[in-house]
Order: sequence, then structure tokens, then C-alpha cells
Amino acid sequence: MIAQHFPVLQVVLPLIAAPLMILLRRGTLAWLLAVIVSWTGLFISLSLLAQVADGSVISYAIGSWPPPWGIEYRIDRVNALLLMLVSLIAAVVVIYSRASVAAELPAHQHYLFYTLFSLCLAGLLGISATGDAFNLFVFLEISSLSSYVLIALGRDRRALMASYQYLVMGTIGATFYIIGVGLLYLMTGTLNMADMAHRLSGVTEVRPVLAALAFITVGICLKLALFPLHLWLPNAYAYAPSAVTAFLAATATKVSVYVLLRFYYSIYGESAVFSALPMGKILLLLSLAAMFIASAIAIFQADLKRLFAYSSVAQIGYITLGISFDSATGLTAGIVHLFNHALTKGALFMLLGCFVLRLGRVRFSDIGGIARVMPFTSFGIVLGGLSLIGVPGTVGFISKWYLVLAALESGQWWIALAIVLSSLLAVVYVWRFVEAAYFQEPDAGIAQLKEAPLEMLVPAWLMIAACFYFGLDASLTIDGAAQAAATLLQGLQ
Amino acid sequence: MTPALTILLALAVPLIGAVLIAAAHRAPNVRETITLVTAGLLFLLVASLTPLVLAGERPEVTLLEMMPGLSLKFKVEPLGMLFGLIASGLWIVNSLYSIGYMRANDEQHQTRFYVCFAGALASTVGIAFAGNLLTLFMFYEALTLVTYPLVTHAGTGEAKRAGRVYLGVLVGTSMVFFLPAIIWTWQVSGTVEFRPGGVLHGKAGNMALGILLALYVFGIGKAALMPFHRWLPAAMVAPTPVSALLHAVAVVKAGVFSVVKIVVYIFGVNEIAGLKSVDWLPFVSGFTIIAASIVALRSDNLKRRLAYSTVSQLSYVVLAAALLTPLSVIGAALHIATHALGKITLFFAAGAIYTAAHKTEVSQLAGIGRRMPWTMSAFAVGALSLIGVPPAAGFISKWFIMSGAAEGGHFLALAVLIASTLFNAAYFLPIVYMAFFCKPDEESMAHAHGEAPWPMVAALVLTASATIALFFFSDLPLQLARQLVGRL
Repeated sequence: MIAQHFPVLQVVLPLIAAPLMILLRRGTLAWLLAVIVSWTGLFISLSLLAQVADGSVISYAIGSWPPPWGIEYRIDRVNALLLMLVSLIAAVVVIYSRASVAAELPAHQHYLFYTLFSLCLAGLLGISATGDAFNLFVFLEISSLSSYVLIALGRDRRALMASYQYLVMGTIGATFYIIGVGLLYLMTGTLNMADMAHRLSGVTEVRPVLAALAFITVGICLKLALFPLHLWLPNAYAYAPSAVTAFLAATATKVSVYVLLRFYYSIYGESAVFSALPMGKILLLLSLAAMFIASAIAIFQADLKRLFAYSSVAQIGYITLGISFDSATGLTAGIVHLFNHALTKGALFMLLGCFVLRLGRVRFSDIGGIARVMPFTSFGIVLGGLSLIGVPGTVGFISKWYLVLAALESGQWWIALAIVLSSLLAVVYVWRFVEAAYFQEPDAGIAQLKEAPLEMLVPAWLMIAACFYFGLDASLTIDGAAQAAATLLQGLQ
Repeated sequence: MTPALTILLALAVPLIGAVLIAAAHRAPNVRETITLVTAGLLFLLVASLTPLVLAGERPEVTLLEMMPGLSLKFKVEPLGMLFGLIASGLWIVNSLYSIGYMRANDEQHQTRFYVCFAGALASTVGIAFAGNLLTLFMFYEALTLVTYPLVTHAGTGEAKRAGRVYLGVLVGTSMVFFLPAIIWTWQVSGTVEFRPGGVLHGKAGNMALGILLALYVFGIGKAALMPFHRWLPAAMVAPTPVSALLHAVAVVKAGVFSVVKIVVYIFGVNEIAGLKSVDWLPFVSGFTIIAASIVALRSDNLKRRLAYSTVSQLSYVVLAAALLTPLSVIGAALHIATHALGKITLFFAAGAIYTAAHKTEVSQLAGIGRRMPWTMSAFAVGALSLIGVPPAAGFISKWFIMSGAAEGGHFLALAVLIASTLFNAAYFLPIVYMAFFCKPDEESMAHAHGEAPWPMVAALVLTASATIALFFFSDLPLQLARQLVGRL
């Protein structure tokens, strides 16, 4: 049966597709292959999600080498959710990317773009699927290296600088991660996560194990852009091609959050990280700093892509805030916001890409009155912005509800206040766009613009529609997140 | 047609209307016809539920489960019935008025105007029929957002700034106070449903009840309790039909309606009566009544004076609910209805004066009653209702509120109400006097004008007549209000 190989096919299909695209050498063919691979991947991830929905765990031994000696792919309710999210975003973005890439990149680079896109997708899926700490590093590097190049493809020359910045910080992050894994291997003699968890139980307060935790935490937090390790993110998002920004903003940081969760809950165990160590407090403070400082910086940005990039840093703060509560509700809030924010930011960056398509860039000074000529793009951004604010009916509201609930349950009413206050900062930066796009008279340059093509608008609006669908009927996402949280809190069996 | 279907249709009809209005943007006559038909249909739907509610039924429908244990749910109870009737009934009259106003003043973006108006009414019906706090909050926020384009309709810098205040205050208060209060309620009581007798009794301590009440009444910025009242005068930059229906009826009444509903169905009137931790509310609302009256007295701009009068009158409702006696709660419910009729008449008159004579200041109105006798007579009726003089409807609600205050021994509240009556007389009667008994100045003499276009005059005569009619036929609202407190 082919279905039993789904865990590995999920990762290997885009991995194999990448060199095939090099051989094809034609942008259109490469795109077609990317579409086929992404949509097959989405189907596989949904099937995997259905298989583990009852709480069972799929363990797949690569090359039939049994774990813990061979590499194990281990799918449970936590990473099945991540696989589905990454596949979904990839499937939508790849449709969108055709027109966007055609406009932003020279023709001879098109097939390279889809090659790198597939590699990056394979890396992100691999990180999510694997049950092996070293294999995770390999996929981390695959996704990182491909994303450095993807960012450097941006037509603004500053993209090179942004990519280089990300390269330096990302490499530090990956190195810290591998040092941590090395220390753990030193102490346990295993790289299999489940095995590692088993051997670590009871000895987590040994100094090398603690050092490993420190290295892994800093390394992964660099990748997930936790404040103040976020410095690479605004430039990378701002100067990358639009399709890349949409894809990375919705997936890359989210996958890193998953890695952190996996190490904290499944390998070290909740009590070792949150009871014996003050990780909860550290995360809490950094999250609050992200929520306020990054939002405040976002308000003063002149470039919309940078604005929403800083908003991403703030929103990641909400995710880690949920984790910092170390409660079932908090974890549910964090995971559901991970999903919700991916939808929202994916949609927003796709719509900003529509502006980039017509204008070349999206500075506030360039978009006065643009709502007249690009009404669908503009209104989509307003709706996505409402989701960032957390207006009821959008996914942002669901996240906020659970975050505030988690704060009240933990008895810390002042955190609840901080959450709602920081969401007001989102009102300010979203309304800067509203006032620029709707309250100014379009100048001659703007007035002759046309609305973006349907092949870009339809995927973007699908994501906006999803923001509202899962905002009105969140049973599915909340159940998924709550089950994932329960799985994490149980630890690995 | 089952009652559940009627409720859903009442929500859907204005939304479908909005889509059709947008589709008919090239044919103004068709567009306006759709508006009027939609308004009429909505009123019929809402009205068809009234006999059921009067018979003691509480039709309800659950739309979908938003989060585990939290549904989008609608349930029609007497207070919501009353509010729904008022809002949907006045939409018909207001549409008639809007058509006259928008055409006579040659306003831009008329399609957007009517679309947003229909959206605002859909949100208002959602608020009126909300079966739990979550549903209420959702439509409350929707109402803020959908009225934003109406407030900033002119698109000028002034409109943009007013829009900032409008959105800042309403979204700010609701996000920072109202939402945490709802989540807190859900956390301590495990439900956000509106239930007779409240849901918090025995679940939260006295201190917590006091804080929750503060979060609710200040979080509902639409009730315009000081110091969160600034959005209301700012919103006066909107075209007058918006001020009339939304900022005298739908939006502001959605605010005080929510306050009364939460006091009755979340806290429970008898359950919190006499608690020390909640007895500050009469003072806050009493202060707003007096302070806003003083500002109104000092405003020369007619719409601004009406706006501050609204701020003051809204606090009547909050004060009445805060007195926590059955009679005063009946008064609160009635005042939602009577003030709506009186105030919409006054705004209609202000808009008619602006359209016909291009006058906005009180001091310019000398002698205008001779040229616009219908308008100014209607204005006089509205003013009498707000002062509380029979035979205008305002007398009835004021009677109940004062009886409630006397019943509960709240003599300070009585004093506030009497003082406010004097203030109302002081800022409305001079306008009526000047309009009819003073000679117009020379500048006014130079510009000949008559009444505003007939749809506007018809609308304001209708609401003025209704203000009088409600005094003589107050049976329906009174019955609904009595059901609210369980006194049949």
C-alpha cells in the first residue's frame, strides 16, 4: 500500500521534484511540477492528519532501519497539524506565484525559483515530520539555505543585504542548535527524539543537558524571530519576492515554533523546562516585549511590507506568550494562533504582492487613493488587518479569546490587559493603510493602474475567506490545537 | 414560517438588501426603492415576532458553534424586541428622509452610503436579538466598523480625524474593557448566555462583581458614559441622516440597550441590588447627565447641542438601570424607545434646516419658524418629549424612572433628573421661542427659502406624530418593559 509510505512521501516528493525542475529548465513546466507536488502534498498531509486524529502515532522507519538506530519519521497530532499547514500554504502560494514571479523575476530565473521553492518546502516538511534530532538539523539547513537564495532573488538590490543578514544570523542559529544536539548526543548516545526523551527523564538537571537546552533555545528562537532575535526578519520579508514573503511568513517561523515545542514538551518534558527552570517567565517577558515594541515600530514604518513584517514579530510574541503560560489553555492558544496567524499573514503578504506587481514597491507615499483603482486588493488588506486586530468573526479574535482566557486562568489579569492593549496598536497600523488607501485622491500615476490579475487575487482572497471561516466556526481549529496541546503535555510515550 | 426562520431572515434581509443596493448603483431610483422595500420587509419580519414575545415565548435559534461551548445564538426577549421594533421601524422613515437629504445636498458616494446603512441595520438587529454576550459583542463591533464609512462619508481631513476619534474610542473601549469582561464572565460562570436572574450570582465575589460592572459599562463605549463620550460629538461630521438614525437611535441605543441587557440578564437586578460594590454607577451616570447638559447649553452649533443632549439622555437609561428597582428598569426600557423618537425628530429638523436654509448654528435660527412651520413645529414636539412634558412620549419614561428612584429612596437621582429637566428646557425652549417669535436678521431675509424637500418634511412630521402617539398608545412598549422585570 502506498498510503503507508505517506510520511516519507510527504517530504521526499518536493525533494525529488527540485532536481527534476533543474533538468526541465522551463519556467512553466517547473511551475506545473511545483503545482502537482504541492497539491499532492496537501492531499497526503490531510490523509496523515485524518490517520492520527484518534490520537495514534505513526512511526515510519526510513529504509526499514528500526528506530532508534535508523531515522524515524514520527507523526502525531502536533506535527500532522504543521504538515497540513505548510502544505496548505504552499499549495495556495504556488498558484499565486506564477503571475507574481513572472513580473518580479527575469525569465531565466523562473525554473530556479520553483526549484528553490520545492527545496524549501521539502525542508520545512522534513523538519515537521522527522523524529530524529540530527535529521531535523539537515532539513533546517535545507530550508534555510534555499530561503537565503529565495530572498536574494528579490529585485531590490537591498535583498542581497537582507539575505546576507539572514544568512549570518540563521547560520548562528543552526550552529547553536547543532551544538545543543551534540551535547545531548554526548549525554544520551542517541539522536532519536523518543529515545532521547526516555534516556533524559530524571537527569534533566545535569549541566551539559541544561547547556544543550540553552543552545537549542537560543538557536531556535533565532529562527523563529523571537524578540530581540528578530533583526533578520523585517529586511528579509521586505525585500524578498512577494511570493517568497507570503510563503515564508506563513510557514518558516511557525515550523520553528514547532521545533521549540517539540524539544520543550516531548524531549525535555514540561516539568524540566517550566517548573525547574524559569523558562516560562523568560518567554513571557520576551513575548510581551515583542508584542509592544515590535507593534510600536510597525506603526512608524514607511514601507508596508516592513510594517507587516514587524507586525509578524509582534504576532510571534502572541504565540510564545501562549506557550509561556504552561497550561493546556495557553498551549492551545499558542498553537491555534500559530495556525490563525499563518492564514492572516499569508493572505496579507499575498495582497501586498498585488501592489508590488503594479507599483514595484509598497510605500505609504506611493499608494495614496489606491483603493479606487485596486478595490479588491485594498479591501482584502483591510479585512486581513481586521483579523490582525482581532475583530470578532475573524481568526484573530479566536486567538485573542483563548490568550486572554489563559491569562485569566493563570490569575494574571495584567497580562490579559497587556494582550488587549497591544492589539490596539494593530488598529493604529492597519488604519494607517485605510487612511492612505481610501482618504487620499489618487494621483495620475495611481489612477491608470489596473486591479491585480485573478490568478493572484483568487488565492489571496481564498486565504482571507479562510480567516473568516475559521473565525466564525473555529471548532475544527480549536479541537485540533487542543488535542495537539494535550499530546504535548502528555510528553512522548 | 417558524420563528427561528424569521429571526434569521431579519438578519439576512438587510444584508441581501445591501448587495442589491450595490448592484443597482447605476440606477438611483431602483437603488432607493430597494432601500425602502428592504426597510419595510425588515420591519414586517421583526413585527411578526412581537405577538409571540408578548405571549411569553422566547423564540431562539443557534446559528453555529464558534468555539467549543460558545455559539452564535439569537434569542428574542422583550427588551430586544422593543429595540428591534424601534430601530427597524425608524429605518423606514429615515430612508425616506435620506433620499430627500442626499439628493438635495447632492452628496457623493450615495451607493456606499445606502449599503453601509443596510449593513448597520443588520448589525443592529443582531445586537437586539443576540442570545449571548459573544453574539452581542460580534455585532457590536460589526456596527462600529460598518458605520465608520458613514461617519467619514465626506472624506475630508475633518472627517478623517473624526473617524479616528470614533474608531479609537469605540474599538478601544470595547477591546480593552468589554472583551476581557466577557471572557472573565465565561471563565467564572462557564456561560455567556443571557438568562433571567443573571449568570454571575454566587459565581463571583462582590469585589469582582463591581469590577466586572465597571468593565461592562465603560467597555460599552456606545453608551457614551463620560469620559468615553467624545466619539459622539465627533461623529456629528457625518451627514444628518446618519446622525439621526445611527447616532440618535441605532448605535447609541445599541450601547445603552447592551448595558440594560447585561444588568438584567448577566448580573440580575435583584441579585446585585443593594451591593456596596456596584452602587457607584448612579453617581457616574448622574454626573454624565449634568455635565453633558451643561456642555449642550453652551454649544451654539445645533448638531453639537443635540449630540451632547444625546450623551445626557443616554445616561438616563444607564442611571435607570443602575437604580436596580423594577420601576426604574421599566423606565430604562421605555426611555430607549421614547428618546429615540424624540431625538430622531430633532435631528431630522436640524438636517432640514441645513438643507433648506444652510444654517448650522442656533443663533442663526431667529424667525425660521415662519418659513419652515412644519419643521419647527416638529422640532418643538421633539423638544417637549426630551424635556418630559405631556402629551409627548418622553413624559412616560421619565415618570417611571423617577418613580423607580423614589421607590428605591435614591433622592440624589431624583434631584439629578429634576435638574436635567430644567437644563433640557433651558437649551431647547429658546430655540423654539426664537424660531417662532423673533424677527429674522437681515442676512436671513436676503435668502428666500421654504421648507426642505417633501420626503424630509414627511419624515419629520411622521416621527413627531409618533412621539405624541406613543404617549396615548404606550401599551405595547409598556407590556414589553414589564415582561422584562417579570411584572405582568
